[in-house]
Amino acid sequence: MAGPLGKDLLGIAPLSADQIRLVLDTAVPFREISERAIKKVPTLRGATIVNLFFEASTRTRISFEFAEKRLSADTVNVAAAGSSVSKGETLVDTARNLEAMKIDMVVIRHSASGAARFLAERIESNVINAGDGTNEHPTQALLDMLTLRDRFGDLTGKRICIVGDVLHSRVARSNIWGLTKLGAEVAVCGPRSLLPNAIEAMGVTVFNRIEEAIEWADALNVLRLQLERMQAGYIPSLREYNRVFGVTGARLEKAPRDLVILHPGPMNRGVEIDSDVADGPHSVILDQVTNGVAVRMAVLYLLAGGKPELAEAAKKGNA
Amino acid sequence: MAHPIGTRDLLIKGGRIIDPSQGLDTVGDVLLRNGVVEACGGALGTPDGAEVIDATGLIVAPGFIDVHVHLREPGREDVETVASGAHSAVAGGITAVCAMPNTKPVTDNQAVVGFVKRQGENAALARVYPYGAISVGQKGETLAEIAEMVSAGAVAFSDDGKPVESAQLMRTALEYARAFNVPIAEHCEDMTLARGGSMNEGIMSAKLGLKGIPAEAEEIYVIRDILLAKRTGGHIHLCHLSTKGSVELVRWGKERGINVTAEVCSHHISLTEDAVDGYNTNAKMNPPLRTAEDVEALQQGVADGTIDLLVTDHAPHHYDEKEREFADAPNGIVGLETSLGVNCTYLLHRGIITLPQLVDAMSCKQAKIFRLPGGTLARGSIADVTVFDPNRQWTCDPKQFKSKGRNTPYGGHTFTGQARYTVVGGRVVFTA
Repeated sequence: MAGPLGKDLLGIAPLSADQIRLVLDTAVPFREISERAIKKVPTLRGATIVNLFFEASTRTRISFEFAEKRLSADTVNVAAAGSSVSKGETLVDTARNLEAMKIDMVVIRHSASGAARFLAERIESNVINAGDGTNEHPTQALLDMLTLRDRFGDLTGKRICIVGDVLHSRVARSNIWGLTKLGAEVAVCGPRSLLPNAIEAMGVTVFNRIEEAIEWADALNVLRLQLERMQAGYIPSLREYNRVFGVTGARLEKAPRDLVILHPGPMNRGVEIDSDVADGPHSVILDQVTNGVAVRMAVLYLLAGGKPELAEAAKKGNA
Repeated sequence: MAHPIGTRDLLIKGGRIIDPSQGLDTVGDVLLRNGVVEACGGALGTPDGAEVIDATGLIVAPGFIDVHVHLREPGREDVETVASGAHSAVAGGITAVCAMPNTKPVTDNQAVVGFVKRQGENAALARVYPYGAISVGQKGETLAEIAEMVSAGAVAFSDDGKPVESAQLMRTALEYARAFNVPIAEHCEDMTLARGGSMNEGIMSAKLGLKGIPAEAEEIYVIRDILLAKRTGGHIHLCHLSTKGSVELVRWGKERGINVTAEVCSHHISLTEDAVDGYNTNAKMNPPLRTAEDVEALQQGVADGTIDLLVTDHAPHHYDEKEREFADAPNGIVGLETSLGVNCTYLLHRGIITLPQLVDAMSCKQAKIFRLPGGTLARGSIADVTVFDPNRQWTCDPKQFKSKGRNTPYGGHTFTGQARYTVVGGRVVFTA
């Protein structure tokens, strides 16, 4: 049952600009469903979806679960700990066993780059990548792009800078693919030890100084700086990171224009972002979370073979 | 027991004999008798009762040797045995192999060396020469009993699979091995740079979100070991070079008369990191596939003799071990049955090397550098011969491999160049 996105959503890299726009356009009517008192439409009634999370996740897993439930799908959550995975079962065996129970879709989060694709090539069900290693996190990038589009309209020529640990970030990779496809100018800014040294080949500009990035950009997408990176010796200390690369109110005050501030969460307040920015008037961080549910509803709907033009009807409960 | 020899005379008739060890490139006959070369060149009569191979239109070369293979026995007989590996070798036209010591238990003592050697003799296919480990348990701490292992049949020493991290231990090994006239072979990899990496560090690793292994992880060890060879006068053999920088460093060493030799795998002269796209675990090996620039430099290194040997690093793995997440899959591919096809297709037919250079790099120099019998068709030498057709086209079907391993990135590839008769000790052990 391949819809306009194909069988699976494995990343943003394989999508065309039109496919990205289709998801964003489809998400808009779905967003309204979550505003209702009765937040449910029968679109995916009878469909069974497994949320297969091999890595800890709160926001993404709950967001997918809400999206599935609001479309009336039956959902099961599987976490790696306490499952057969902890008994040494391979990824492909786990998936085949689930599929033998006649499921329709798998949402997978896994620590290995390529894991979602690996799964998709071996099972019939639709596979949605909810984050694979340091490769891609496509629904996060889609919700980021929807949030930016809410603010800017067309993204052509808009300047988006991704700040922080790009080397280990699947969010960064998916955003770079998506934003460049939509015609935005993309830059990255962070410690050189946390940027891939072939990053320019991905079509982005590199800023060494956060001040330069702020002067250039229309929006900053601020990545989480994980404590493990300091422990692994990529940066000297979180303190120095905040002093050199932290997005602070004082720095933003010097910007030539109001910057839109995104963060995929969870935030380390006082490290990559200060509270006055996170909670400030230009932060769209909670809009991102709201849009996350709508984008995931759109992806589920389109992968299930839903017709884009029927999204409005689906909203009314007729599809 | 020794390797068996042919009981009948074998006349290989009318082929183009290419034997760089004697400067020979001529059409003629080769006669093998009692396990040795009886005569080579010219039109020879057919002795009574002799078996005859019509080699018209084919190349007759001293038997190919591959000094870098993993046969997995003892320890992982489920993925390869000495016998299945030796069968794979002769199917690829290779008459002798050197088996790396990263077995379970590690081949770090005379008992395991003797066992591997005997298993090779029992299989009676390709000759199997064991490597011994440089350090006890390949732990990089204590020098293994090299002298005893030499007595038991070890022909070279390596901790391959991992580097000798201590420069002091490497220095000692190079010095100690001098008395026994055996090479010390190094797997060049700075683990502090490489750890956690699963492919070349570059554009493709940035795109795929995989941790890369930079070229410098190899090159730092290449120059370290060349300098240690200079200091000690020992013979350093550098395994499976994969980068342009490594070629330049070896060239630098050779120009200064340092006792360094080097090898390259057929995959590193034919494939780039692009083969990893799609998370293809059959393109995962260590050192990793690099860039087109590296491939070109390695090809040139073979052409100008900076790189001495064409090898495979034949590394069988179980299907289930490769059928998994990329970062968790083991390194390595099988190669014994594809190396001649790859080398002909990517080096010979592209005009990068000549037929005599191909035979030199796959046979003569292997024997010379590792002080092995063979590598020549001179009268009185062992009767190991590879008869091959450099122009025969064939398509790689891993299901047909004699190796237990099917882990190859070449499935479905068409090659030009194939072994037709593999002769060991005057016995025809494989025909295609």
